[in-house]
Amino acid sequence: MNNQSVSAQRDLTMKLPIYLDYSATCPVDPRVAKKMAEQLTMEGNFGNPASRSHLFGWKAEEAVEDARRNLAELVNADPREIVWTSGATESDNLAIKGAAHFYQGKGKHIITSKIEHKAVLDTCRQLEREGFEVTYLNPREDGIVYPEQVQEAMRDDTIVVSLMHVNNEIGVINDIAAIGEICRARKVIFHVDAAQSAGRLPIDLAETKVDLMSFSAHKMYGPKGIGALYVRRKPRVRLEAQMHGGGHERGMRSGTLATHQIVGMGEAARIVKEEMAAESKRIEALRDRFWDQIKDMEEVHVNGSWEQRVPGILNVSFAFVEGESLIMSLKDLAISSGSACTSASLEPSYVLRALGVNDELAHSSLRFSFGRFTTEHEVDTAAAEVRKAVEKLRELSPLWDMYKDGIDLNTIEWAAH
Amino acid sequence: MAYSDKVIDHYEHPRNVGRLDDKADNVGTGMVGAPACGDVMRLQIQVNSDGVIEDAKFKTYGCGSAIASSSLLTEWVKGKTIDEAEQIKNTAIAEELALPPVKIHCSVLAEDAIKAAVRDIREKRGEAVKEDAAE
Repeated sequence: MNNQSVSAQRDLTMKLPIYLDYSATCPVDPRVAKKMAEQLTMEGNFGNPASRSHLFGWKAEEAVEDARRNLAELVNADPREIVWTSGATESDNLAIKGAAHFYQGKGKHIITSKIEHKAVLDTCRQLEREGFEVTYLNPREDGIVYPEQVQEAMRDDTIVVSLMHVNNEIGVINDIAAIGEICRARKVIFHVDAAQSAGRLPIDLAETKVDLMSFSAHKMYGPKGIGALYVRRKPRVRLEAQMHGGGHERGMRSGTLATHQIVGMGEAARIVKEEMAAESKRIEALRDRFWDQIKDMEEVHVNGSWEQRVPGILNVSFAFVEGESLIMSLKDLAISSGSACTSASLEPSYVLRALGVNDELAHSSLRFSFGRFTTEHEVDTAAAEVRKAVEKLRELSPLWDMYKDGIDLNTIEWAAH
Repeated sequence: MAYSDKVIDHYEHPRNVGRLDDKADNVGTGMVGAPACGDVMRLQIQVNSDGVIEDAKFKTYGCGSAIASSSLLTEWVKGKTIDEAEQIKNTAIAEELALPPVKIHCSVLAEDAIKAAVRDIREKRGEAVKEDAAE
């Protein structure tokens, strides 16, 4: 079944709530699920890919290597440069700790940004506890970390730069090609977290000077629990393993390979490579259709650069209404007020704060993310619901009253509590 | 986060939403919280010459629990004297709405709001104001 027919079929029987949280995770594509199911039972391809002495092992190994080729082709890499991991968090840990530990003889300085995923930020914090020094770059107001900022932060003892390709909360794209040139010129290892970009943007690792790149399967319609790290062969990048054992994955990541998960990621990568161009266009049209129905409201702002972004993510501040209550009244929409990883806390998004969005607007922000199975009907319903909820909550909001009375909220001395 | 049925009821059908004339001699206004913290409550009470609260209105910027806490509060204070209203404790609000620990601050804010509103009306009436009333 192709995408269009999947979407069309779903549109006739629109199920609530409407899923608009594709940046948190994607449903597994049915074509992927089918292939995964074939790797499990006695009748299926259940063998251990590391078994060298019988057909079961050989067949499993073949499936794993097919998947590796599919993922490598998605980013124009050599299959031997792909290391399977449990997900992007593990890939980030392996990349940053692995490179920092291996190259610490050359220096102990790392550069990253304030709006990285927690998997990168917390890994850097751990390295600081071990004696490394970390510079956290502040993105500009548009959410972009500019190449010249990286250039300026470089020191003689810098060994690793780690920056995300696409930010998970605001969808803004960093120019990794330009940053890669700066890193390569100084022989500094460049790690890119591509969890949100692989399958959404074309990536060419033969051209782009990235040394390590993290991938996640479940952000490209594959299963959770599987990811990969690209480790460049030319010039060769060395890592200190974080997981020791049977020496799988060229010694960089031991542990029996999860054939069904890996096959799922490989199939997801194959499909997304084939359909990316058309899918991006379709999602951009849906994003525009949604925004066109919202943008005429007063005091509604998109966070992050409008030009330099992936189409699937839209982060919007609705001034004078609070995000959590907005989500509460949008119970037919599955959306988030930031990343799923931080929505358990009551703090406003650290990403929006780093962009200079004031706390009040950061509290009033929602992330909508669209994907493969989103339909026009869903987007129209979502936009209407959002308008209704914002209008209702503004009627309830003393801040909206004050704004309408022409009072500048910044001139008031609030009693912080 | 799972909200209690009472929070959802107040959130979906908030009672006494609105504003009273804050310049009027018989209206006390309490505005507490801060936008940067994610909640601001404005509670207003209209008080007769016997010190009885005849009407109460609120508007709240905040989460569902904050909206529910202030909505509930307006129901409770109507018909009470300002002395009685001042005695309302946040723990009673939290208990009535079954607020989870992370939302207790919403009930604290509601208690602050009624105390601030009572202080405002007392000042307008030229009564002695307890210094710690809004603490």
